[in-house]
Amino acid sequence: MEFLLTHLLSLILFTPVAGAVVVMMLPREQARLVRWVTLWVSLIPLALSLLLWTHFQAEAPGFQFEEKAVWYEAVHSSYHLGVDGISVTMVLLTTLLTPLAILISWSIRQNLRAYMALFLLLETGMLGVFLALDLLLFFVFWEIGLVPMYFLINQWGSEHGEREIGGGQKVPARNYASFKFLIYTMAGSLGLLLAIQMIGSATGTFDLEEITLRWSTLSESLTLLGLPITLPIGTVKAIAFWAFVVAFAIKVPVWPFHTWLPDAHTEAPTAGSMILAGVLLKLGAYGFLRLVLPLYPAEARSFAGVLALLATLAIILGAFASWGQDDFKRLVAYSSVNHMGFVVLGIAAAAYARGTLAAADAVIAVNGAVLQMFNHGLSAAGMFLLVGVLYDRTHTRNLKDYGGLFPLAPIYGGILLFTAMASLGLPGLNGFISEFMVVRGTWPIFTVFTAVSMIGLLITGASILKGLKMVLHGPLNPKWAGHSLEINGREVVAMTPLMILCLAIGVWPAWIVSVINSTVLRLIP
Amino acid sequence: MDFPLLTVIVFTPIVSGLLILLIPGERKTEIRIAALAAATFALLLSLGAYIIYDRSLGGYQFVQIFTWIPQLGISYHVGVDGMSLPLVLLTGIVIFTGVLISWGIDDRPREFFAFLFVLASGVFGVFVSLDLFQLFFFYEIAVFPMYLLIAIWGWQVTREYAAMKLTLYLFIGSLVALVGGLAMYYTSGLGTFDLLALQEAGFSTAFQRLWFPFVFFGFAVLGGIFPFHNWSPDGHVAAPTAVSMFHAGVLMKLGAFAALRVGFMLLPEGARFWSPLILGLATVNVVYGAFIAMVQTDFKYVIGFSSVSHMGLVMLGFATLNREGLTGAGLQMFSHGVMTALFFAVVGVVYDRAHTRDIPKLGGFSKVMPLVAVAFIVGGLASMGMPGFSGFIAEFPIFMGLWKAQPVVALIAALGIVITAAYIMRVVGRVFFGKMPAEMEGHISRETALDRIALGVLAGILILVGVVPSVMAPLVASGADAVVRLLGGA
Repeated sequence: MEFLLTHLLSLILFTPVAGAVVVMMLPREQARLVRWVTLWVSLIPLALSLLLWTHFQAEAPGFQFEEKAVWYEAVHSSYHLGVDGISVTMVLLTTLLTPLAILISWSIRQNLRAYMALFLLLETGMLGVFLALDLLLFFVFWEIGLVPMYFLINQWGSEHGEREIGGGQKVPARNYASFKFLIYTMAGSLGLLLAIQMIGSATGTFDLEEITLRWSTLSESLTLLGLPITLPIGTVKAIAFWAFVVAFAIKVPVWPFHTWLPDAHTEAPTAGSMILAGVLLKLGAYGFLRLVLPLYPAEARSFAGVLALLATLAIILGAFASWGQDDFKRLVAYSSVNHMGFVVLGIAAAAYARGTLAAADAVIAVNGAVLQMFNHGLSAAGMFLLVGVLYDRTHTRNLKDYGGLFPLAPIYGGILLFTAMASLGLPGLNGFISEFMVVRGTWPIFTVFTAVSMIGLLITGASILKGLKMVLHGPLNPKWAGHSLEINGREVVAMTPLMILCLAIGVWPAWIVSVINSTVLRLIP
Repeated sequence: MDFPLLTVIVFTPIVSGLLILLIPGERKTEIRIAALAAATFALLLSLGAYIIYDRSLGGYQFVQIFTWIPQLGISYHVGVDGMSLPLVLLTGIVIFTGVLISWGIDDRPREFFAFLFVLASGVFGVFVSLDLFQLFFFYEIAVFPMYLLIAIWGWQVTREYAAMKLTLYLFIGSLVALVGGLAMYYTSGLGTFDLLALQEAGFSTAFQRLWFPFVFFGFAVLGGIFPFHNWSPDGHVAAPTAVSMFHAGVLMKLGAFAALRVGFMLLPEGARFWSPLILGLATVNVVYGAFIAMVQTDFKYVIGFSSVSHMGLVMLGFATLNREGLTGAGLQMFSHGVMTALFFAVVGVVYDRAHTRDIPKLGGFSKVMPLVAVAFIVGGLASMGMPGFSGFIAEFPIFMGLWKAQPVVALIAALGIVITAAYIMRVVGRVFFGKMPAEMEGHISRETALDRIALGVLAGILILVGVVPSVMAPLVASGADAVVRLLGGA
């Protein structure tokens, strides 16, 4: 037990990869075996993170369950893991969503082992980002998460649809979406890499805790060998700040860097969309909280207004775009842009109000933002799951092809209503709590932006209700008369934890907010 | 440890080659097995040296010295340090996997393997040489079999042309370097070719600045430095698979390494003076090479130009003159060596079955040979510097070093990474995914078990070094430290 507790993070981190290796060695024809082995393997990190959660002491300062080992000494990078209130929440989210995503992947037929192994590999990548306390390690896991997702979309994404690229050439939609996702995100990562290298050069280490100590007191310029030019440290910091911001802005995504998202979410297989929306987007927001705010308080403060503006635009435009969609999956995808806008608004408020009198409001805003990250993970994963359920049966995502399906699938309808309400922010469910906290926190700091973003809330309501109406209500679309579209037991089992959590957080958020709050209080002085 | 490990490593291949020549030509299976045995032996010995080397001690180990031609101050002096030991291991890996990949050679396999082993001996010899004359001696032994291997067993369309071009370029390069080497020998007044002695020779600044380009560019021709890289793509493409693996995987490292050993370490003042030029030319390698790779339609030419691009990174690392850059360059030599051997092996497997390397005519190969596709993807990810693979472990310190030396170069070279990602994705998508052309359906056989072993070993190493850099990085760093000390500390 002692070993378990001292190496808990490494175990959580590497069990999925070990599982992936095991899965690849299973006999190819035994699809049932592959599915169940993957599912059971993915439950191990979940069990471990529940253990982590129960042993996590919210009141204790700093990082817990720290592990440090030699990794790449030659460049002063070590294998350094640790959790605080924010990352432990994200770890829980990741380890919860992965088994659910695997449970939803029962209908995958082609190259099942590779598919399952890629999911497990992806899980390790995402967990690594949340657990890493070394900049280089952070970057390594950040990149590692990209490749499996690329292949998941490219190989197992939606089979229909074509996009036209430059020169009139037509490519399958999933190829287009996966390539755009990869190149867009990698372009951002390039800046991140160069910035990390600069920081490593300037401070002589990649360890996050050491950098945070040294960075603010760093005053000597970065000298260039043999040239009479020196880069003043202010410039170095500014360049690194922008490089970080762009990389994370692409991932979150902050409007206008969001254009990869609708395509990637829509063309991905259902489980891929669940993880993409549920966890991957949070990596960007986490980067803002873990790296940008602590390392660049001054630059973040000057930029906070712009960030708040972009967040507001994401909220409003994302909602409008979602309202205008005919493709059910794209509607949900754009709603992700809207929801993440709230996260970014909260972060912007924190960037602005840190260390000022409005800091208390900023704390509420960031608490809301982190909770929104968790909540959106739940509701977005749920919505994509449900979209997938319908798609599996109807083979269309076009809202106009549906209509009046409630009687044909009453249980599905009920679950869809519930999840849609969580996504919409109905009081009593989780979305309301986080969005309220963000609004309450940012109102004193960015009053105008917050007020304007209320329009986004209204339109989100419109778009969600539109989706519900076109799917469930109205006259029954004769195409489906007599078909059985009802959700099956396995899918209900996958939805259940999400729904329970949505309700639990909506009615009694304290169990999670208290964990987040104690860390945020230290983040926002 | 009195066992002459390095000497055995150097001479085993050539001795095995001569023994193989004694086997009757028709007994092809016996020839292949003998070749594999010899290659395995070489691999095990180099692996053994790699493991036994005392990292805490550092410096040159397994040293042996015999006087050879005392009247001219020439000795047989061998030893390995942190920079050369990974390359010795690399040679062992490439000869082993190269023999496995060449199992299917049916036209005079006896002579083929014999010449391949002469080549291997030459390469091993250069990496372990600590005497300048000896280094040249083995260098020539490494170059001349290339002509025969390419001209006889190469791609019919361009083999004579490519073989002639390659050999002439490399001979002229080595002549230029030899002139520089002789200048050092005569001016030092020490009457010896011993590298360690020449390191302390104290050449004047003017002398060093004059002769460094001779030595550096003479050897860097083999390293593929722009604008003397032109022999490389044609040579790669025309050569039979195992020779391409050797060529890109090891031979180009030979050039870069010799440039380091003889240029940087003996003429450090000259290195410092000329490093801006080298930085500039190597940057052209990286970016221009990547762009050219992007527009190729022949699968092998893509890989050939990719080699030119990645060798640019090695030379950038050298030219930073600092510890990080040199460590990265050393790691990149190993990592790229393995990666490009893997690439050419895959190209060979595909070409043997499809009989074309024209990318528009290929497609859907992952259905028939999924493991080969995975191996190529692993190589591709390593080549674009994806974390988790050795390419990242190598490229990262190079960029760290560039930031210290010349940040603008770092930014421009980073562009090369993006272009690399693009052309790798393009090739992977076109060759391995998509639809297989109708003419090929049903005619493409799976890779052989031996192919699988070779590709598995190569891909596994790329992942191992990527995930556990401590198996190689500290060793290379100690070698880099030695170079930095000679450069006067940077």
